[in-house]
Amino acid sequence: MKAVVELNNVSKTYFKKVALNQITLNFAKGKIYGLLGPNGSGKTTLMKIVAGLHKHTSGSVLVDDQPISYKSKAMVVFMPTENYLYPSMKVKTVLQYFRDMYQDFSIAKASGLLEKLELNAENKVSELSTGLNGRLKVALAVSRAAPVYLFDEPLNGLDPISRKIVRNLIAEAAGDNNAVIVSSHLVSELEPILDRAILLKDGSVALNEGAEEIRIQKGKSVEELYEEVYRS
Amino acid sequence: MRFNNSTPIYLQVIDKLKADIISGRIGLGQKMPSTRDLAQELGINPNTASRIYKEMESQGLCFKKRGLGTFITESDKMVQKIKIDMADQLTADFVEGMKKLGFSSEAMVDLMIKKVNYSETEEAENESSC
Repeated sequence: MKAVVELNNVSKTYFKKVALNQITLNFAKGKIYGLLGPNGSGKTTLMKIVAGLHKHTSGSVLVDDQPISYKSKAMVVFMPTENYLYPSMKVKTVLQYFRDMYQDFSIAKASGLLEKLELNAENKVSELSTGLNGRLKVALAVSRAAPVYLFDEPLNGLDPISRKIVRNLIAEAAGDNNAVIVSSHLVSELEPILDRAILLKDGSVALNEGAEEIRIQKGKSVEELYEEVYRS
Repeated sequence: MRFNNSTPIYLQVIDKLKADIISGRIGLGQKMPSTRDLAQELGINPNTASRIYKEMESQGLCFKKRGLGTFITESDKMVQKIKIDMADQLTADFVEGMKKLGFSSEAMVDLMIKKVNYSETEEAENESSC
């Protein structure tokens, strides 16, 4: 399958600090990618570049064969790890806000998800627990229809039940028409839904392999391999 | 279903489905969930779910009906065969583990017989106490 996101020799420096160092990666439709690595390894920087929120210093980034532009931004759904929703908005207002912001947002799908996720449309964002907030953010993201989904640390800080719900939501959103990229350092939680595991270390790709292939060939979990890579 | 992340997930699911077929929890000729539903149910990757059906199909454990979905084999013989295969595997694992602990063949068999007798008497007691 042809790649929908292509990074070629991409570097990013913030003044003197090198955040990404000559990254070459392809992401194809029909697959779920785990972007793994400790804090500061470059996961968020990479996602923000693909989302068009940061500009890379060198190299090329293509989304559906096009360089990053306002057009590519419409093709990329990016769920940031921060709580970016207005605290004073009611959940139902957030949904309307998203409908007005994004052409590809399905308010019907989002409303349907609310009940399934035990979210109350009348609650204010500030009234939501961390777990419920995490569910809402992912529900908003998967209610858009785009060829590329980026989830930055969707499991961070969530309770075990919310983590499971969020993981399933992401797996359900994945299909033949999109590439899904999920960053996390909670490797064992995430790995059952991954097609491929990409490990970033100090801004470089330390490993890029199929999750089941790792288990078949090495008899190891992605997490075990992760620990090996970062301990050395 | 909880997974051991060190062994391929598709193999773990196939083993579980095999055990369910043998125990009758999944009936012969039964329609299976779609790959997407299976992935959701188990919390696994959708491509892994389709790999599971592909692999089971190649082993003759299930078959596809065009436009209707995936169905479990209707062959009794097939069920007998996987039962024997799984028993064989369990026994091999047992023997290997016991050898590692330094047990002789005789001691192994002795222990096995004792265990079987013990669990039978326990079962009988449980039944009489009910």
